[in-house]
Amino acid sequence: MKKEFDHQVRRLSRLLFSFLLLFLILFSGLFYWANRPPEIQQELEDVTPLVSIDDEIENGIHVTTGFIEDEGMRVTIQNCTNCHSAKLVTQNRMSRDGWEATIRWMQETQNLWDLGNNEELILTYLAKNYAPVAKGRRQNLDQTVWYELE
Amino acid sequence: MDRRKFVGKGLLGILAGSLGAEVVFADRIPPNYIPLFLQDPDPFERFLKDKEMVVLNDKPWNMEAQAHLLNDPVTPNKYMFIRNNGKIPEHVDASSWELTIDGESVKSRKTFSLQELKTNYQHHTYQLTLECGGNGRSEFDPPAKGNQWTVGAVSCAQWTGVRLRDVLEAAGIKSDAVYIGYHAADTHLSGDPNKEPISRGVPISKALQDETLLAFQMNGEDIPMAHGYPLRLVCGGWPASASGKWVNRISIRNKVHDGAKMGGSSYRVPCENVAPGTKVEDTNMCIIESMPVKSLITHPKSGALIKAGRALKVNGHAWAGELEVNQMEYSIDFGSNWITCSLEKPANRLAWQHFSATIDFPKKGYYEVWARATDQNGRSQPMVLPGWNPKGYLNNACHRIAVKVV
Repeated sequence: MKKEFDHQVRRLSRLLFSFLLLFLILFSGLFYWANRPPEIQQELEDVTPLVSIDDEIENGIHVTTGFIEDEGMRVTIQNCTNCHSAKLVTQNRMSRDGWEATIRWMQETQNLWDLGNNEELILTYLAKNYAPVAKGRRQNLDQTVWYELE
Repeated sequence: MDRRKFVGKGLLGILAGSLGAEVVFADRIPPNYIPLFLQDPDPFERFLKDKEMVVLNDKPWNMEAQAHLLNDPVTPNKYMFIRNNGKIPEHVDASSWELTIDGESVKSRKTFSLQELKTNYQHHTYQLTLECGGNGRSEFDPPAKGNQWTVGAVSCAQWTGVRLRDVLEAAGIKSDAVYIGYHAADTHLSGDPNKEPISRGVPISKALQDETLLAFQMNGEDIPMAHGYPLRLVCGGWPASASGKWVNRISIRNKVHDGAKMGGSSYRVPCENVAPGTKVEDTNMCIIESMPVKSLITHPKSGALIKAGRALKVNGHAWAGELEVNQMEYSIDFGSNWITCSLEKPANRLAWQHFSATIDFPKKGYYEVWARATDQNGRSQPMVLPGWNPKGYLNNACHRIAVKVV
């Protein structure tokens, strides 16, 4: 009889203990979340923007932006990737006149600033590295990958 | 998900767990450094796009499909191109969203809540073809400025909303109305709050069509954020830029709308054809209205190798702006002979139509399958780039896929 009672007490205390443990985990979790965010906020303020230009070049291409490495590249990145992506520049091909007209259009309508002495450097860089290539009225299909159709 | 929430040394471990990979030397990462994989949110996950979609631009977001991704009769979100002119609005609350109807030619300026629009007006559902005016720009010579779209800036989703006409009429349209112009919640790339990235519109006749919707659903669900949640103007068959996303105001104008990207060379082409590379005065440029007849082979994907003696099933879609496509043909001999495809009727006006054909190849070798649609007025797609224009719009040259019979 007593043996059975002892057994029940042990089972009950085990149950109570596991409840206690669960509450402890829950409360420490809640406590953690209640206190953690301000700490994170504080660290956030110290984060410096990571758009700063690094110099990693791979096969003549600036890794972060995709620009071709050449004189004027850094100035181009500094002035031409604040509002839009570098991709908008690198996917286009224009003559010097075309690039200049694009800069004027951005100055007139899109809030681009006066580029000052850098304009000459940027124009020379773009006209040299992103010049149009004649491709005619229709190009060949660019089919390099073939697959078996079931 | 705000990447900044991840910052904090203690969370790196949790993060590593969720990545399924350990950040080696995590304890040595400088406290203010954001790991590279957190700097830019993955656009495919963010916009729920298929990994085969092609990102043309990440600021602003521009993404296109490839021909073979567009095989579905109704385009699902994951294959729908994204064309943005500005930044996607950051804080959108559908429960407090409002649409104002104003302008010189409105009888009384009126503001509707989104809920009012949904409850007070009849809902309509249409499949509507939306193609970027610059789809195919990459083929222009001399090249044209802008995102270099190839063939994938087109979609035909199912849109549900109320008729713009019903809402405009509730506010009242004066007899001198000629145009409507939309205004929206997206923001200018320069950050200038006084600038609209884009504010285009359509003539009043297009605005009053049955199929012109103020849509709140796409393919039976809330419109995805990148496509204009919670309210989008949808003007099928016209350059997709006429279908303003995140709209909160529509002006009924007594003149052609003069918002951002309505003038200059934006969505305008020379009124008369010009030689490639010609400089065209603004006064000689005309606004693009209906898109031209066009088609796309969506199966098979270009580059198929097939066994000699086996027939090839091809299929795709054809569309013609405001018009219907009357005939669809294919050629396997560079346009010398054209053979008729079977062509379905559109699900409704302004929806693309599905075509299919079974092709037998005479012998082994390299082939190109060319597709050519003809609209109800008898106009066909050209085999080469059509009229050159400064911004590279309206390239409806026939689509081609490469096939080798081996």
